Amino acid sequence: MVGKRRLLAIVIMLLMAVVLWGCSSGEEASNDEGNKKVVQDDEIFKIGISQLAEHPALDGSREGFIDGLASKGFIDGDNISIDFQNAQGDIPTTQLIAQNLVSQEMDMIFAIATPAAQSAFNTTKEIPILITAVTDPVEAGLADSWESSNTNVTGTSDATPVKEQFALLQELVPKASKVGIIYNTSEVNSEIQVEKATEVAEELGIEIISSGVTNANEIPQALDALVEKVDVLYIPTDNLVASSMPLIVNKTNEKNIPVIGAERAHVEAGALATEGIDYYELGFQTGLMAVEIINGKEPTELPVSTMEEYKLIINEDSAQILKINIPESLKEKGELIKGGTAS
Amino acid sequence: MDFLVNILEQGLIFGIMVLGVYITYKLLDFPDLSVDGTFPLGACITASAMVSGLNPWIATILAFIGGSMAGAITGFLHVKLRITNLLSGILVMTGVYSINLRIMGKANVALFQQNTIFTSGISIIMVLLVLTIIIKILLDLFLKTKLGFLLNAVGDNPVLVTSIGLDIGKVKFLGLALSNGLVALAGSIMAQYQGFSDVGMGTGVIVMGLASIIIGEMVFKKLPLILPTTIALLGSILYKASTAFALRMGLPATDLKLITAIIVIGILAIYGKGISLPWKKRNRGGASLVATTKSI
Repeated sequence: MVGKRRLLAIVIMLLMAVVLWGCSSGEEASNDEGNKKVVQDDEIFKIGISQLAEHPALDGSREGFIDGLASKGFIDGDNISIDFQNAQGDIPTTQLIAQNLVSQEMDMIFAIATPAAQSAFNTTKEIPILITAVTDPVEAGLADSWESSNTNVTGTSDATPVKEQFALLQELVPKASKVGIIYNTSEVNSEIQVEKATEVAEELGIEIISSGVTNANEIPQALDALVEKVDVLYIPTDNLVASSMPLIVNKTNEKNIPVIGAERAHVEAGALATEGIDYYELGFQTGLMAVEIINGKEPTELPVSTMEEYKLIINEDSAQILKINIPESLKEKGELIKGGTAS
Repeated sequence: MDFLVNILEQGLIFGIMVLGVYITYKLLDFPDLSVDGTFPLGACITASAMVSGLNPWIATILAFIGGSMAGAITGFLHVKLRITNLLSGILVMTGVYSINLRIMGKANVALFQQNTIFTSGISIIMVLLVLTIIIKILLDLFLKTKLGFLLNAVGDNPVLVTSIGLDIGKVKFLGLALSNGLVALAGSIMAQYQGFSDVGMGTGVIVMGLASIIIGEMVFKKLPLILPTTIALLGSILYKASTAFALRMGLPATDLKLITAIIVIGILAIYGKGISLPWKKRNRGGASLVATTKSI
């Protein structure tokens, strides 16, 4: 009987394996092609991507990076090979991924988000590491300075122009005196932004009321308490908060409170406006830096850069719901989009 | 080769955490969820101690002490305030999160510039092997003392402990402190190993700990003379290996967790009855013969 059960188990395992391989057969085929190319040409450049979690902003970074490479003629499966791994939110797994990529002798690692970048840097001090979605690489211990990392790390920072965003906030809501911020206390990137926002607000005579959360389930409660006290809500580039934008917009619209975002996706999800960053563009910019490294530059020669040009994006639907008149000057300067709101 | 060494390294670090979970879950019969908080607690204590210039070994020991204190609080809630075991753990896990943030002052501290216990020049795997084996042997020796037997008895037969005139509460208190001390120690070592401490490190640690114990038990329990602490360590390595192999399979990155689960199911389906030595024939008794032999 034992024998039968074991046989059954093995059969089930095999079936699962076949089904799984079936799912990925397309990719497998392209991998084979890539391998053939490797045999023909030792020069093929291997890039490993380590991403912390699935998330619109981080996924956007990756797509931008791949498109950035492609724009200069480096295409996955053609003249470069890209191996993408995702830790699905588990920090110790980023360490395993980094070790995996190093032992597979990648020529370059692209790390998305701070813990992924730190794990990669901890694992190798030789292979060039490109980073993005890291707000402060110096604080994160990845670089000696923004101008020259002095390490094998370079890339882009998703630092947002808090000052410009608060100027925009005052232009759209001149009477705002209390601004609420909701952020995840586990994200060092958000902490930096909240600190900066508090500084900027103090200069402008605005009071900041911040509320920290640790998981998505805590957001409704925190928000309920916050909307009673503030005139405007400011959203930093926070992974957790970004995923809960629909909920946030619903609640704030009910109370007629405008939301100023920090990145394009926030406005697409219903925030009133932002003068901020776009993770796809930032990834694209990192892709172009990767091209320079493929062409022979050292990471130390490329300074860590921020978004070259911030974009003003305004959500017309939200403006209508909140009965806010967008000044013509802003309309001309910015991009108007629709959607993200319930009505 | 590097690949296997990496699995072993992480398996050993998490193995220390699993030893801690073993004390509460198996010996005390206490499902202790405070682990999700005390693992990063160890990392945070070590990080801020090292940044302020303390010797890494002292920073590591401080983590153990800090973890024990958190475990003692779980014990206090459960024994003195009579809060159920699950809720005591949840309360400590929740509260410790804020304390972790306070200790570090921010959510993520990089340790690349600091001397860690791994910067001595000896290879990482050697440091980890020696450290883990010392901890395991100490724990084995402790479990053989009178106090150790009591710890075991509290989970198995609490009535017996009371009937010989001893206080169950005190034993639970001690077990929880020891367990969370080990978990925090593992967190401290993990932070030094990965070069940074992050308050998000603890997510899912208890799940990993319980899974490792159960996998270890199902697969290795039949090996002769194997100690439960060895089983816990082997289970941890096996669980880490599952994640590592899932990463290696080259399947879509989004399927990582599902594939990890399937590999574990596979291991249990094949070896779930326990690996036994091939030359050790199973004694089949009359009952099983009757049940399994076909009638002529």
